[in-house]
Amino acid sequence: MSGAEMDRIRYQVMWDRLLSVVEEQAQTLVRTAFSTSSREAGDISAGVFDLKGQMLAQAVTGTPGHINSMARAVVHFLDVFPADGMQDGDVYITNDPWKGTGHLHDFTVVTPTFRNGRMVALFACTSHVVDIGGVGMSPDGRQVYHEGLFVPIMPLAVAGEMNQWLLNMVRANVREPVQVEGDIYALAACNETGGRRLFEMMDEYGLDDLDALGAHIIEQSRTAITAAINELPQGSWQHAMRIDGFEEPIDLVAELTISNGIIHVDYTGSSGTSDFGINCPMCYTEAYTAFGAKCVVAPEIPNNAGTLDAITVSAPDDTIVNAPHPCAVVARSTIGHMLPDVIFGCLHQAMPDRVPAEGTSNLWNLKLGAGHGITERTEQETTAFMLMAFHSGGAGARPRQDGLSATPYPSGVRNVPVEISEAITPIVVWRKELRKDSGGIGAQRGGLGQTMEITSREDAPFGIFASFERVLFPPRGRDGGGPGATGRLSLGSGDELRNKGFQTIPAQGRLIVEMPGGGGFGDPMVRAPEAVAADVRLGLVSEEAAARDYGVVLTETGQIDQEATAKRRG
Amino acid sequence: MTDGARLAVDIGGTFTDVVLEHGGGLDQLKLLTTPEAPEVAVLEGVRTILQRTGVAAGEVTLAIHGTTLATNALIERKGARTALVTTDGFRDSIEIAYEHRFEQYDLYMERPEPLVARDWRFTVPERIAADGSVLLDLDEQALGSLAAELQDIGVEAVAVCFLHSYVNAAHEQRAGEILTQALPGVSITLSAQVCPEIREYDRMSTACANAYVQPMMAGYLNRLQDGLRTGGVTCPLLLMMSSGGVTTVDTAATLPIRLVESGPAGGAILARDIARENDLDSVLSFDMGGTTAKITLIDDFTPHIARSFEVARMYRFLKGSGLPLRIPVIDMVEIGAGGGSIADVDAMQRIHVGPESAGAVPGPACYGNGGTAPTVTDADTVLGRIDPGRFAGGQVTLDLERAAAAVAADIGDPLAVETNIAAAGVSEIVDEHMANAARVHAIENGKDMVGRSLVAFGGAAPLHAARLADKLGIDTVVVPQGAGVGSAIGFLRAQISYEVVRTRYMDLREFDADAVNDIYATMRAEAEAVVRLGAPNEPLVETRGAFMRYRGQGHEIMVPVPGRTFEANDGAALTEWFEAAYQALFSRTIPNLGVEVLTWTLSLATDRTGTESARQPQAAHRPEPEGQRRLFDPASGDWVEAAVYSRADLRPGAKVPGPAMIIEDETTTLVTNGFAATVNPLGQIIMTREGRGL
Repeated sequence: MSGAEMDRIRYQVMWDRLLSVVEEQAQTLVRTAFSTSSREAGDISAGVFDLKGQMLAQAVTGTPGHINSMARAVVHFLDVFPADGMQDGDVYITNDPWKGTGHLHDFTVVTPTFRNGRMVALFACTSHVVDIGGVGMSPDGRQVYHEGLFVPIMPLAVAGEMNQWLLNMVRANVREPVQVEGDIYALAACNETGGRRLFEMMDEYGLDDLDALGAHIIEQSRTAITAAINELPQGSWQHAMRIDGFEEPIDLVAELTISNGIIHVDYTGSSGTSDFGINCPMCYTEAYTAFGAKCVVAPEIPNNAGTLDAITVSAPDDTIVNAPHPCAVVARSTIGHMLPDVIFGCLHQAMPDRVPAEGTSNLWNLKLGAGHGITERTEQETTAFMLMAFHSGGAGARPRQDGLSATPYPSGVRNVPVEISEAITPIVVWRKELRKDSGGIGAQRGGLGQTMEITSREDAPFGIFASFERVLFPPRGRDGGGPGATGRLSLGSGDELRNKGFQTIPAQGRLIVEMPGGGGFGDPMVRAPEAVAADVRLGLVSEEAAARDYGVVLTETGQIDQEATAKRRG
Repeated sequence: MTDGARLAVDIGGTFTDVVLEHGGGLDQLKLLTTPEAPEVAVLEGVRTILQRTGVAAGEVTLAIHGTTLATNALIERKGARTALVTTDGFRDSIEIAYEHRFEQYDLYMERPEPLVARDWRFTVPERIAADGSVLLDLDEQALGSLAAELQDIGVEAVAVCFLHSYVNAAHEQRAGEILTQALPGVSITLSAQVCPEIREYDRMSTACANAYVQPMMAGYLNRLQDGLRTGGVTCPLLLMMSSGGVTTVDTAATLPIRLVESGPAGGAILARDIARENDLDSVLSFDMGGTTAKITLIDDFTPHIARSFEVARMYRFLKGSGLPLRIPVIDMVEIGAGGGSIADVDAMQRIHVGPESAGAVPGPACYGNGGTAPTVTDADTVLGRIDPGRFAGGQVTLDLERAAAAVAADIGDPLAVETNIAAAGVSEIVDEHMANAARVHAIENGKDMVGRSLVAFGGAAPLHAARLADKLGIDTVVVPQGAGVGSAIGFLRAQISYEVVRTRYMDLREFDADAVNDIYATMRAEAEAVVRLGAPNEPLVETRGAFMRYRGQGHEIMVPVPGRTFEANDGAALTEWFEAAYQALFSRTIPNLGVEVLTWTLSLATDRTGTESARQPQAAHRPEPEGQRRLFDPASGDWVEAAVYSRADLRPGAKVPGPAMIIEDETTTLVTNGFAATVNPLGQIIMTREGRGL
């Protein structure tokens, strides 16, 4: 009987356990986090690494933005603090946008884990803190210096002693010092949880190190993703997409090459950097590129060092997708969230029935606030507040399914209930409903956007930190499908607001946010008439649009007028 | 035990279990469920069991009933024609939900369809603010014309859910009055009545689900009650709830949503009593059947209670893929891992088990009914853990060759390993999967596995319990008697209890003792009204809690609070209790941060009747095995000889070292070579770790 055969089973069990260890690490972080993006939206990540900084397992969380970025971050830490100089109780930290996960709001914490006096692994985690000083979560900054406190890679704890000088520094530079410090403690604590669980596994299986297990995980994953890539059509495809940008439209241009077990994406031809905070550091570009490609090619394969190098990315220096220091980067998701659509445009040429049409893609988060330095002073006392609420427009139609309405992709966030937002701020949401006729027409209809209408309960102005996309250039359909509706930001008075930058809603004014719809897929004239009639019955598509765009004529009772429909459809 | 006989009935999707507890002990009966008129099987079963035992209908002093009928109606979408009436502007909240993709990487994911389609969702002008003040009066005229429209389209049930009704329900109540008057015979559910809690989507979903099942459940419960009375069973009929408490027919007919998952709740109650009988204060209840495994944490003889639950998860049991119900419920994690779960191999040469199940038809390959996919039961058969001639009391003869062929074809060949190794792999992976689910469930509740014992029941659990215990570092496993009808037996052990939950935000820096005292007085009165119907004279125990968090956090933790009148300065005490609970959960507190309360809870229950103790000393003896079987030992990769015993032959005090198999009609307890099993005075099997496991 072969012990080696049983070992293979045992490796798989330990691999599953390692995934469960990082899942526990992530859960601990979500449950103790303060910022809404971490706790409600799951904008965190957690993983375990070998002593060379190779990632062995990463928790599946709400954000793809940390996929390869956190995996590479640990190597940067080891460059500054080599493993052989680390001791038990040390903890390291940074929020370097170029070495971490793309903007100053994300802190990454790395903890070496020692067992019987010997270092056996590194645990790393990332979370989005409530505030980091500077101009706040607004793309109005012109340089990273405007965006807040920059903490280069340094010790957070040495031999178990917290670096109080650093914590003092952080507290002095942020608007919510207690919560930010709480988040930093939560990061350190979740790595400790991961370490404890790892020891339990090593005890159970009598392991002294993770070398053999790590090699197994990396090898199996690499083999699988290489095989998956080799099954795809081989070759190169180009695609371009134009988006709103801040001061001027931005072109995102990609060439995707599949060969020799590797998918390579090159962004040559993309626009240069912006003067505002929508620039994207390379690490974040890599993260969303890898995520988009992986959704199509190998959604089931866990992320680790074995999958990291299967999808590679290049971009010329000084472009919006490879923005150097000191570009402003706070809203780097403006670019990052759009990259899967660009990659899908390439892949669609290679594989016509796999990828969706373009979607809203960028989140339509409402960042609202009032108070000193935000809105003008008024006679009576008004409540100062800041609100960050996550919302989404429609997603693109799929080759065989309609697009999802009011659902994010590629981000995986959850929204905040209206009742919660209203309970903690003076705002009132008067409408939050699907937006009729906003889904791109097609054999498969794009997902609908939604409309929100917001006022303040107080006789006072409030501000919006706008950072919205798809207001000028809509998400496009595929194979004859139409574009989704563009988004729109306006006041109850009818005045339009800009899609980017801080603006004020006057006292007693009403903010109207109309979110984009997703693109359609395929010829609308072949959409099943029953599906069109159902859309009209449900109020998702107007009767006029049904006749005009889909060629489906309905009777007064909502039945399909077969004759008139046949005539229109030719 | 009380005088007279007590009756318990559990209706599942396939079987209806009837249990009668009387002077002579427990009698049990299994019948096929009659889905069109579920009371038919119940009444038939009651008649039969009374006849068989010679107990007169009039001697039955209490009947307790649990059922998955409401759950099944939601899963199969077989409920009433239901409309939703909500605040202007919020027609789509029930569909937009959390704007969430629960499966990150799946481009083809679909979200669950709401129970009420868009053309059956209506809005009226009205608006209440977060503080309960009225921003816009209810437009009663609009509501009047809406009622006429609802009548025209033929509604059977209406859910009314207005924004912030958990703090001010006046508009909902008025709407309820108008609709009740205008729509006689139509069931009306008010969200503030079903779920007076903040978060509009969850409350709306709960209200819609209640409305959706209400006509069917109310009709069924009334027919059942009438049928029992006609048959002479005139004692009170009580309904098991998802929280593990019981309630009256009237309450159940109004709030049937509280009965969802009441069957498995009975299993958790059984595990709780077994914990008490064996004085185990930290237990993991492990119920593994044909399709799923359910895991519940039981600490200090109390199952962990959650405030929400997701029914009808349609996507590999993933969180977010079902309909949220915000009701008090015994907190269970359900995993697609049972005897019938199917195994395969993926692109990374990794074995996957479940959640697809071979079901009863065609069943595992070894049933010989045409199934060819390898299941957990097939793997267990290959490994020698099930005697093919004695499965299900000998009613089914398992085909070892078919099991081996299926395991070899789908697992062994793709992995290029021997069939035995492949089967061991399937078993290891399903055990690891359950262990991981248990661990993550524990951490989500701020608990861990240290020092826990396992209570294992359900057909497949005793086969896998020892290995699961290894993986969780658990040293004691209890296998109760009568595991096959565990839920119904659990009903008989339930207390009469009711739980009330109220959202009332309070910053502890501005603690308002009067408001809190008022909330608790109202909640007590509401709970007492229900509990007294089933327990008119018994002493009652009240338990209070508060869901609290640091200002700025998004997740609350449950903090027990004492049942006394609060004083003005008790804000400090609440902070202290919160910090103690937080420290216990997360090993640290955060200085200088305010604390707030979101929700207050009160549960009222009859004092427990005493349980028997299993801890009397017992002279140990070593019984003779009735035979030997070859078992595959994954540790050595070789076959070992295991002693075989019939559970029916083992007397209290019997001690059996592993490796051994203890066989009974419905299951087999596998005693691995790390464990020794003893039989306690109540006939329960106690496995205790003697060294390291397999």
